[in-house]
Amino acid sequence: MKEFIRIGNAQGFWGDSVEAPREMLEAGEVDYITLDYLAEVTMSIMQRQKYKDTSKGYATDFVRFVTQFADEITAKNIRIVASAGGVNAPACQQAILHDLQAKNIHDLSVGIVEGDDILHSLDELLARGAVIRNMENGESIEAVRDALLSANVYIASRSMADALDQGAQIVVAGRVSDPGLTLAPMLHEFNWKDDDYDLVAAGTVAGHILECGAQATGGNYSRWWDVPGFDKIAYPVVEAYPDGSMIITKTGGSGGMVTVDTIKEQILYELGDPKNYISPDVVVDFTTIKLEQAGKNRVRIWNISGRPPTHTYKVSASYLAGYKASGQLTVTAPFAVEKARKVAEIIWGRLENLGFHYEETRTEYQGINSCHQDMAKLLALSNEVVVRLSVRDHDRDKVERFGKEIAPLVTNGPAGVTGFAGGRPRPQEIISFWPGLIAKQFVPYSVNVKHGGQQ
Amino acid sequence: MKIPLYTFCHARSGDKGGDTNVGLIAYDEKGYEIIKRDITAKWVKEHFRSVVKGPVVRYEMDNLLALNFILKDSLSGGGSESLQIDAQGKTYGQALLMLEIDVPAAFAEKIQFWGPDEL
Repeated sequence: MKEFIRIGNAQGFWGDSVEAPREMLEAGEVDYITLDYLAEVTMSIMQRQKYKDTSKGYATDFVRFVTQFADEITAKNIRIVASAGGVNAPACQQAILHDLQAKNIHDLSVGIVEGDDILHSLDELLARGAVIRNMENGESIEAVRDALLSANVYIASRSMADALDQGAQIVVAGRVSDPGLTLAPMLHEFNWKDDDYDLVAAGTVAGHILECGAQATGGNYSRWWDVPGFDKIAYPVVEAYPDGSMIITKTGGSGGMVTVDTIKEQILYELGDPKNYISPDVVVDFTTIKLEQAGKNRVRIWNISGRPPTHTYKVSASYLAGYKASGQLTVTAPFAVEKARKVAEIIWGRLENLGFHYEETRTEYQGINSCHQDMAKLLALSNEVVVRLSVRDHDRDKVERFGKEIAPLVTNGPAGVTGFAGGRPRPQEIISFWPGLIAKQFVPYSVNVKHGGQQ
Repeated sequence: MKIPLYTFCHARSGDKGGDTNVGLIAYDEKGYEIIKRDITAKWVKEHFRSVVKGPVVRYEMDNLLALNFILKDSLSGGGSESLQIDAQGKTYGQALLMLEIDVPAAFAEKIQFWGPDEL
């Protein structure tokens, strides 16, 4: 067994830095690179792509990354664990193998993990007695059944460890837990058992810290002015030991920083009840974690305890819930604030005159209080204000009509109204998230590792 | 003596469906004693009333010198449903840091806070 392994995260979400995976690979300081491509809304977008074309529905960025850097991945023997499979991991695997074939590369094995996508087996699951209830209001998934765009289960991290056990250099997963991407290599390398709860909890905490990429290395840090080299920001790495202890550090770019304070902030990110952090693999107590600065850009973390996981998996489903649109105009002094209020009043008044009522409308004054609302300390004088108007409704036509009322203000409203660019606001689909629970026995996973040249 | 929280704490916030969590971390033990005593769930609810529709729940994390607040129903629906510019509550941590609380003068005088250099 290795004394320790180094696992980096170079992608916190679909849309994160496109250069970070390359920089981490080139630096060559890690044994594993994890890449998280999935957010809640991502699954429904990918499900849409798959409806249109059955060979789509995964993160194409990832295929390009692996294909382009296959030689380097092989030469440095860096293994990659990515939730790039979206709703079509087999197609992602196929695309990678196909592109590798075209480059005459035959020695890279690609494993996939399946079983998380239950959209098309939902009727069968319900017929077999599975109960899928909303975590917040207890309603059955049957209530949104017809509007569902996607339904995925956060499956056990053991699935990815199995793919590594079977020799996969590249592991492509669909909906797995974000921390699981980091935990899986530890399960594989250190032969941790599912009921080594403290160890599984330690790996899960490491994954929680790494899962949002640079948010552990100075990104999103309150004291942003203390962070060196944002333009070359590094991404996080965990140096993990078989006994569950770890050091968080960074690699890739020369910028950013890893301190007790940047790590504390990330530990708190998207945290609920700290004594009961529930993952598919374990329940973690975050209130016993200890951390200390163990050198420049090195933070040691220890004393993590875990308990047996729950008997359910989380279901991440989504459904179409209407349309929305937002439009904005910029107004200037003199009397910028008053003018912004007037512009909003005029637009809402015109829609009212035409008899358009919306399920929800919103008026925001950017530069004044659009984010902090009444908490904002209003400045006496604002030279410029962006007024942003939004509507939400199930009637797409009404939402579209709203978009036509923004531009006219430039010529038929007060003086000094500008900033209308990019055409009329178009209705955007609202994809609502439906979080539920399902008993674990209904969701088995499977692993399929294919080696180069095998398609 | 009233001082803004950012002079002795830092924070991070993020979304969970239609809820937001705001983690508030004191830079030292003395500061943590103050926030643990004075920054109650009720206090946060009162200051965030224009954005939080539901209750506020507070968790203590003595090990991190931190408090974790859950702001229920604070994103006008959250996710892609929300019409808010900050649909994920990314800026709520900073909003909390802007708020002022009463601290003993002896504590305030010892704070060594320096912000960004002149920009």
